[in-house]
Amino acid sequence: MTELETMQTNETVAPSDVIIETRDLHKSFVKGKMVLDGIDCTIRRGEQVVVIGPSGGGKSTFLRCLNMLETPTSGQILVNGEDITAKGVDLDKVRAKMGMVFQHFNLFPHFTVLKNITFAPVTLKLQTPEEAEENAMRLLRRIGLEEKAEAYPSQLSGGQKQRIAIVRALAMNPEIMLFDEPTSALDPEMVGEVLDVMKELAKDNMTMVVVTHEMGFAREVADRILFIDQGHILEQGTPEEFFNNPQQPRTKEFLAKVL
Amino acid sequence: MNAIIDFFKGVGDYLATAFDKTFIREARYMMFLDGLKNTLIIALCATILGVAIGALIAMVKTVHKQSGKLKLLNAICEAYTTIIRGTPVVVQLLIMYFIVFANSTRPVLVGIIGFGINSGAYVAEIMRAGINAVDIGQTEAGRSLGLSHGVTMRSIVLPQAIKNVLPAIGNEFISLLKETSVIGFLGVIDLTKAAQRVISRTADPYFPYIAIALVYLGVVCILNYFVTKLEKRLAKSDRT
Repeated sequence: MTELETMQTNETVAPSDVIIETRDLHKSFVKGKMVLDGIDCTIRRGEQVVVIGPSGGGKSTFLRCLNMLETPTSGQILVNGEDITAKGVDLDKVRAKMGMVFQHFNLFPHFTVLKNITFAPVTLKLQTPEEAEENAMRLLRRIGLEEKAEAYPSQLSGGQKQRIAIVRALAMNPEIMLFDEPTSALDPEMVGEVLDVMKELAKDNMTMVVVTHEMGFAREVADRILFIDQGHILEQGTPEEFFNNPQQPRTKEFLAKVL
Repeated sequence: MNAIIDFFKGVGDYLATAFDKTFIREARYMMFLDGLKNTLIIALCATILGVAIGALIAMVKTVHKQSGKLKLLNAICEAYTTIIRGTPVVVQLLIMYFIVFANSTRPVLVGIIGFGINSGAYVAEIMRAGINAVDIGQTEAGRSLGLSHGVTMRSIVLPQAIKNVLPAIGNEFISLLKETSVIGFLGVIDLTKAAQRVISRTADPYFPYIAIALVYLGVVCILNYFVTKLEKRLAKSDRT
């Protein structure tokens, strides 16, 4: 899809359906070197977007800009129509509605699994302690880890940690979930259990943006694939279009290497 | 041969009388015990105060470094650490006692505050290193859940940082314990001052000074033992 076509598609979408929109997003860490070099992108409610591309191409930075873990150098990010790069925006409130799952899990090691899940909703007074605990246990049951509620993260396997990290984000009842290479730090035999949880989320129509190297997952789950390299969205489309009929030479080259 | 026997007899007699007049007569051991009690109280309370101040400063400095906020507070903290680390602790205590709390009749309390404020400047650096040692991912996870910088710091990062630096804080307590020997300047009867008091009665400096040196050494050795044990236990819990 060309940039023009993307813009046209955007116009036909009802505004309430758009959950995140980025406009001419730029980010540089070192002066003169753009990690993100003008990203325009729209993410619709209920959509599963998978972001792929070579290492260092800017895909993780793009994802981390979406909840302002990285502050963009220029450009806008609209979340439900509100520009969250503007001054005076309550980012905590915005982030509370956007779950994030990290490559290295980042569970809180000094909290039990249960407290990892309940801490944020209770502290932010979104749920009473009883509600939060009930909610957490329901989610843990769903991923089959209810017996680990009182365990500490150090007692869990990588796959279990990541599934609990997903649950921790879900406990906030987010409108969108961001995944930053959620299976990259896992032993191969644990990748499947994490992807299964994510597939189930997709089935429940959770809005998801997933940065990953798992091409099988991308093909199976994605509504749309973004290929980001050198700070640009080089190509995007449905998995079919993208994998079977890539347009850009660099996309073809990348796919030849990973498939 | 007789000369040697006489010599040892002389030493023995000296030790016996010195021990008697240093500790036993007029129940002078009570002075040493009271002195040791004051030494321990001041060192312990000052360490606690120091950790509180140090944690606060470290948090301000870290937040400032990460987000550029708290400019004024950060400047105050910088000034504080510069002044405290750039002047002798005895001078700080004298200023505290004779200028800041000029009318105070509670030199022990002034000593605690003085040493606590002094220690805080050093603990701040320890705490800062401890905070930096906590994976940045912890902060990101906290913030991504919508927790504020302050809550993330207090509830997520700081508890892990304190665990990292507990042994270093134990060492700070040990060095503070030794530093408090100058508190006699404020008229507090600590262990050192107690020895001086006794000497002023017995006119014999050897025995009391050696004795309190041994007491300091003993207490430090005991504390060292616990710090080392703590270090080992923390290292073990990190491995699992």
